[in-house]
Amino acid sequence: MTKFTYPQEQDLQRFVNARYRTAWIWQIVFLSALLLAILSLSALSLDVVDGAFGYVAYEFKKDPLTISQTPIDDLQKEELLTILQTSLSKGAYGKLDKEKPMETRTAEDLYSLVLERIIQVKTLETFPLYDSLFRKAEIEAYVQETYPDARLEFRSWLTPRFLTSPMSSRAEFAGVRTALFGSMWLVTIAIAFALPVGVGAAIYLQEYARKNFINTIIQMNINNLAGVPSIVYGMLGLAIFVRAMEAFTSGAMFGITDTNGRTIMSAGLTMGILVLPLVIINAQEAIKAVPDSIRQAAYGVGATKWQTVWSHVLPNALPGILTGSILAMSRAVGETAPLIIVGASTFISIDPNGPFSKFTALPIQIYQWTARPQGEFHAIAAAAIIVLLSLLLTLNATAILLRNRFQQRF
Amino acid sequence: MTEQTNHHPSPPPASFRPSDLKRKLRIGEGAIETLLFILGFLTIFVTVSIVIVLGDQALLFFNDPQVSFREFFMTTQWQPAIGQFGIWALVSATLTTSLIAMAVSLPLGLSAAIYLSEYASPRARSVLKPILEILAGIPTVVYGFFALLFVTPLLRDLLGADKLGVYNMLSAGIVMGIMILPLISSMSEDALSAVPNSLREAAYAMGATPFEASIQVILPAALSGIGAAIIVGISRAVGETMIVAVASGATSKFTFNPLEAAETMTAHIARISGGDLSYNTIDYNSLFAIALMLFLVTLVLNLISQWIVSKFREQYE
Repeated sequence: MTKFTYPQEQDLQRFVNARYRTAWIWQIVFLSALLLAILSLSALSLDVVDGAFGYVAYEFKKDPLTISQTPIDDLQKEELLTILQTSLSKGAYGKLDKEKPMETRTAEDLYSLVLERIIQVKTLETFPLYDSLFRKAEIEAYVQETYPDARLEFRSWLTPRFLTSPMSSRAEFAGVRTALFGSMWLVTIAIAFALPVGVGAAIYLQEYARKNFINTIIQMNINNLAGVPSIVYGMLGLAIFVRAMEAFTSGAMFGITDTNGRTIMSAGLTMGILVLPLVIINAQEAIKAVPDSIRQAAYGVGATKWQTVWSHVLPNALPGILTGSILAMSRAVGETAPLIIVGASTFISIDPNGPFSKFTALPIQIYQWTARPQGEFHAIAAAAIIVLLSLLLTLNATAILLRNRFQQRF
Repeated sequence: MTEQTNHHPSPPPASFRPSDLKRKLRIGEGAIETLLFILGFLTIFVTVSIVIVLGDQALLFFNDPQVSFREFFMTTQWQPAIGQFGIWALVSATLTTSLIAMAVSLPLGLSAAIYLSEYASPRARSVLKPILEILAGIPTVVYGFFALLFVTPLLRDLLGADKLGVYNMLSAGIVMGIMILPLISSMSEDALSAVPNSLREAAYAMGATPFEASIQVILPAALSGIGAAIIVGISRAVGETMIVAVASGATSKFTFNPLEAAETMTAHIARISGGDLSYNTIDYNSLFAIALMLFLVTLVLNLISQWIVSKFREQYE
């Protein structure tokens, strides 16, 4: 048996230094993992921005100058109307008029029609923002060579027109208006269902439930539901709301006959069920944060249980509950898979006019446009992502503001 | 003595009857409690209807003469058009993408969690944590866009366009890993922070470096919580739809090669139901069989992780 000797001065120093070097190296490794995550986030945002702006090579079938002397961007509604009347064939004009009377259309609508039907813009190729900024000369040379007749223009795909125009089969004219309306309807229905049910369930679990078998099961079940894949909720919605409850969700009960069960109502209720566990868990946290002294004070002056809950616990938990619901809303805005299953239509050019109409939603459009092979559709997908992310950012910022504004420290 | 016990604060009013002291029957209160209970119970109803709906349609599928239980679980071809229903063609892709996702998110997420919990100053934490939360809040369809139009071209530049197709499981898996990373890191960080400070202080008192303290003392103490995080991460990866639907291809194929395109269970459901699907066909019913499997797998994973977490809580509280 050899006798253990402690390392002496210099050796000891060496060991300690080596250990601290290892510690230091690993600290850098850990930090770089975090930085890599941040890098991915920046890559993702830059990729989206890169796609949404940049040069576009396009050509006109008919030169705009042959139609009018002034640039068509500056034309008034009446002038656009006369252009359409003179340039389109009678049949084509009549058909458009039948869809929606020409006089009632907006100037923007007419402008798109002129571009689409008469000038017939055709996008040949799109270039990402990075290349457009730093390799402008190369792009110009390339376009000149490949498409001699083409014009090159720096374009932002995200324009006010993109927000206000309806869906179109041509990327140049497509917009997210119908999708935005669809998403709003959807979230409204989802939250209108999930908020009362979720808060009620949370109140029951926090204030009323005794610790017995059934309540433990309810609590466990809620935690589990939060982890069920969203696509499974989609299948549930398809079987229950779209098929079994078709008479209600298609609006047939209310005398609407032109739809099947694949309506906003079905999708909204599906989303409501999907966000329900989220609302419950957040509301439970908010109620839990209300100190017991408030409850005891209420009981002390002779309030009943419900009076205590309604006028003492709930008002104090309200900011937390609202924050939770806003987070649930942002989940519902971004969720895509269940909508595909429940049957969002991909091509809808008229605004949804109620809970029983067909619909499309923002993430569905992003999915559809991303899946297409053409570059111009990827560009509008990127523009739509910017719209979606700004919407989510607004929602989340509201939630944080609300939390900070009303947060009470007991 | 008797004087003290008979002492009353004030005489009762003239109209007082002893029965008033009995607990009043308040119908409203009872009704409200019942209503709230029903709302709570509704969540059980949701789970039950998921099971019934999926099970019912899956039963129709398995009762079809074209399908046999054995074929479903034992064969590797999924071609509904010619009556082949071997789930392994879809499961292989789900496994491959989930494995890649975990290979990306686990080391990165855990490292990030250790840094945030053991190294970062409160100030740095208050900046870094929200960034991870932003990453967690991005809709998955946006990650799909990122996978198809950024990561795939990047990988094709690196590996060669002849080796890697436009649709492949590698890119989908990596992006899925980035998506799951914040989940793993925040759950692991919770577990690490829950380790009592006395352990940390004891390690430092013994002269441990921060790295030795976190790897040899704190990490083992938080291991069950981290295990729960890993399981939840796997469950998320298995159930993720949009990234794989966009980036990993639309043909079912039995393969574990990440460079190939193959369709996962979720992507298959999304693609088939996105088209015009008529009810009560075998294609339609087969989707419910897949969804039932998906539900059961994620349910078991979630239950395990909850069990681990509850066991872990008892350790230090």
